Amino acid sequence: MESRTLIAKRVAQELKDGDVVNLGIGIPTLVANHIPSDKRVILHSENGFIGLGPVEENPDPDLANAGGQAAGVLPGGSMFDSAMSFTIVRGGHLDATVLGALEVDQEGNLANWMVPGKIVPGMGGAMDLVVGAKRVIVAMEHVGKGGVPKIMKKCNLPLTASHEVDLIITDLCVFEVTKQGLVLTELAPNVTEQMIREATEADYAVSPDVKKMTV
Amino acid sequence: MSKVISLEQAADKIKDSAVLMIGGFLVNGTPTRLVDAIVDRGYKNLTVIANDTGYPDRGIGKLIVNRQAKKVIVSHVGTNSETGRQMNANELEVELSPQGTLIERIRSGGAGLGGVLTPTGVGTVVAEGKTTVDVDGRTFLLEKPLRADIALIKAHKADLEGNLIFRRSTRNFNPQMATAADYVIAEVENIVPTGEIDPDEVMVPGIFVDALIQA
Repeated sequence: MESRTLIAKRVAQELKDGDVVNLGIGIPTLVANHIPSDKRVILHSENGFIGLGPVEENPDPDLANAGGQAAGVLPGGSMFDSAMSFTIVRGGHLDATVLGALEVDQEGNLANWMVPGKIVPGMGGAMDLVVGAKRVIVAMEHVGKGGVPKIMKKCNLPLTASHEVDLIITDLCVFEVTKQGLVLTELAPNVTEQMIREATEADYAVSPDVKKMTV
Repeated sequence: MSKVISLEQAADKIKDSAVLMIGGFLVNGTPTRLVDAIVDRGYKNLTVIANDTGYPDRGIGKLIVNRQAKKVIVSHVGTNSETGRQMNANELEVELSPQGTLIERIRSGGAGLGGVLTPTGVGTVVAEGKTTVDVDGRTFLLEKPLRADIALIKAHKADLEGNLIFRRSTRNFNPQMATAADYVIAEVENIVPTGEIDPDEVMVPGIFVDALIQA
């Protein structure tokens, strides 16, 4: 299975029936394709609506997602302004947010909005989402280009938020972020603990009942 | 009474060095006719408050490419490489504000508040130089209000009194911007006689809107 699909499928298992969820750009967006049909997950689009769905055959020019692309809205959805949208985000009304990361560390700090001197796109809604959502799930490839670790003892890049990440899901494993630090709870198919050790800079504990990821 | 004016009259209201709020989210809900008129007039040294700087060839991006802004206050510039280039060359001042903070700064500017206390940005570079306030054991940043000389917004429908209705995700920053500027111009797709919009359906009361132009 392609690693991005594996990550998206595993994230989808974390979402519960009735959850209101915001999915970030990239791998998190793919999660929407893997939510089982017996679960109703309501997607929030931070530019101003809930009920985000697939694009219709004839896209509505007035309807876009938070990446500026054509979008659809499902029956039961609702439209609002940015103040309401971020009342939902910051006010604890999102059950989960799923985001990518440039770096994440063992204290649950996340860096995903800039690389000084190189990429400064701005934080958009990411800082609000990470602070406000009840559960913050990082979904990303375990290592960066050239095998560079992204799961660190301490983030080097400017933070999006501090101490907010709850779960890290990668193509290699699942880490829970606890008060005591990272705990390895699942290994992806054909992945060994040795491989995790080599690809991870952060310290972590291994759960006594570490499982094999099933997707 | 009618608040409808011509595009020329609307463009006359703007001056060099004006502080502008411009509605929209990646051009969805941006008053592009008004923005194009500013580009045609060539006003200089503008300060632009908006969610983003659009694309180089669409929306607010055109003002940036035409070097008409000295400063932008936005949450995101990643879709317009020219903004990044001018920022790195110190030709343009870019103040990045988290999206949920930006909309609350605008809302407080329009609502007569001295700013807002938000947890977003605590522990990040966004907090640098800002006052923090502890409320019931949680730390918040004091984010100050924003106001503008002129707000340029976009609506789907208006009556001649300026009562506004938005469609789908085009609402975004437009309603709050209507409250936070000395003069508010709405670019509207459908302008209907007063009385044709049910008061219950109004999304922005006409008292906030000084002038209407046909989209």
